[in-house]
Amino acid sequence: MKKFKPGNKIVMGLLILWGLIQIFPIYWMLSFSLKSNAEIFGENVIGLPKEWLWENYQSALTVGNMGLYFMNSVIVTGGTILLTAIIAIMATYALKRMIWRGRGTANSIFMLGLTVPIHAAILPVFVILRNLKMTNSYQALILPYTAFALAMAILICGSFMENIPRELEEAACIDGSSIYGIFFKIILPLMKPALSTISIFTFLQAWNELMFAVIFISDSKYRTLSVGIQTLTGSYTTKWGPIGAALVIATFPTIVLYCFMSRKIQESMVAGAIKG
Amino acid sequence: MEKVMKNKMAIAVFLIPAVVLFTGIIIIPILMSGYYSLLKWDGVTEGTFIGLQNYIELFTSKSAGFTKTLGNAVLLAVLSVCIQLPISLLLALVLGKGVKFEKAFVAVFFIPVIIATVVIGQLWMKIYNPEYGLINVFLRAVGLEDWTRAWLGDQKTALFAVFVPILWQYVGYHMLLMYAGIKSISPELREAAKIDGAKEFQIARYVTIPMLKPVLKVSTIFAVTGSLKAFDLIYVLTNGGPAHASEVPATLMVSMIFGRNRYGFGSTIAICIIFLCFFFSMLIGRIFKTEVE
Repeated sequence: MKKFKPGNKIVMGLLILWGLIQIFPIYWMLSFSLKSNAEIFGENVIGLPKEWLWENYQSALTVGNMGLYFMNSVIVTGGTILLTAIIAIMATYALKRMIWRGRGTANSIFMLGLTVPIHAAILPVFVILRNLKMTNSYQALILPYTAFALAMAILICGSFMENIPRELEEAACIDGSSIYGIFFKIILPLMKPALSTISIFTFLQAWNELMFAVIFISDSKYRTLSVGIQTLTGSYTTKWGPIGAALVIATFPTIVLYCFMSRKIQESMVAGAIKG
Repeated sequence: MEKVMKNKMAIAVFLIPAVVLFTGIIIIPILMSGYYSLLKWDGVTEGTFIGLQNYIELFTSKSAGFTKTLGNAVLLAVLSVCIQLPISLLLALVLGKGVKFEKAFVAVFFIPVIIATVVIGQLWMKIYNPEYGLINVFLRAVGLEDWTRAWLGDQKTALFAVFVPILWQYVGYHMLLMYAGIKSISPELREAAKIDGAKEFQIARYVTIPMLKPVLKVSTIFAVTGSLKAFDLIYVLTNGGPAHASEVPATLMVSMIFGRNRYGFGSTIAICIIFLCFFFSMLIGRIFKTEVE
């Protein structure tokens, strides 16, 4: 392969070009989040900011309410991850390890959830929430997000649980552990690796979700970042700096997560797709 | 052991939360959607049962505009399969055979996938901005003043302008799937082909790509169903406008239900989207199966 040096250079050049196409808009977002309109609109369109305007962030957080929306997103996403993980591990244990008639069918019904688009449920879920007077609350998002994350989480849990040797449970059983003891003392601690995969998956889904969030939440008190940004740009059309800052704030946790565990995130996404 | 594992009470305890959520938020609502689609209902007063009337209107009424949105979605699906997937495959093939900084390239190409679509949408709105957006600024700078336009506001360009970010965002996703697939193919196969004198593109054509069929199937299904379901980016960028030029089924559904209070008709669109997704998943699965045999 070493013989084709010029070819390699062209390939390298094309890869770099594509890399630029993929990250240039994101670089641009970072840079204009720190600029004044004068710089963005003419003096300095694509360069690094000449004057670093951190006020943009302050203004996005306070005037633009991004601080509140950020906390709401943290609560909704955190709640969804916790609930999904607990419910999915419990259900997987019953589906994979315990013995009862109809568990195969139950498993296939859950797996149907992988292919159902959220469009299918949006109006009925909205009507149910409205009748229960539950729109404009955290649970209006946490419960639907969890329900739609369950299928994938059960699938991922299942493949991890298959690798736990049954002897562990048998030994605990002989020692007189109850089924709950086995579950909490043996299974749960061993499911930690599955937990990170599920969390990554659920995080990306819940943090970035838009359709449910737009429709179920109208009160600004409960707005998540996706909805908050939509309304922010409506009221801030002329000043680009704070908008850029808001976009960066919304993206920040994802990027930090990605910096620390890009391999794990990539693996999770592949695992989800190939198994699904 | 067996007695413990047959503990009915425990099985119920473990399963009930999942079953309640799943039935309450997915299964029952799908059935409700099916029922709503047969109603003429504004969401406030009592709905009246009108049978398949909504479905007939969906496919025959020009003013409802569903057939046009379907055309747009199909166009997006075609573009995804014919432009996005080949780019992804090419990148995956190049990276998969091993180049310098391979892992770094994979990591960079994947970044847009994990960023929220709202953020991507707002960002591209700025890129398309008629006055100060990157595209028009660039065109003016190189003297192509005539080419500048309000990309998202012009009926002629809006559709393609919303498609570009959609295709752009997910190239990395398909690349990663294919790349992982290529990496799982035994390197000995490539070596063997190379010893037999096969050139790089021949290896790709006769060894790697055939072995990659299962991944390509998944990617194609995702690209097509993703196009049929597309909502987020279009909602942010144009919300289907101007004058429905960039409308897709999902944006039409949302504006029918929540903008015009046509709950029944909107549900009909929802049912059609679900049906089309299932239909195309099966169809694509079938196509790939017969090709393997």
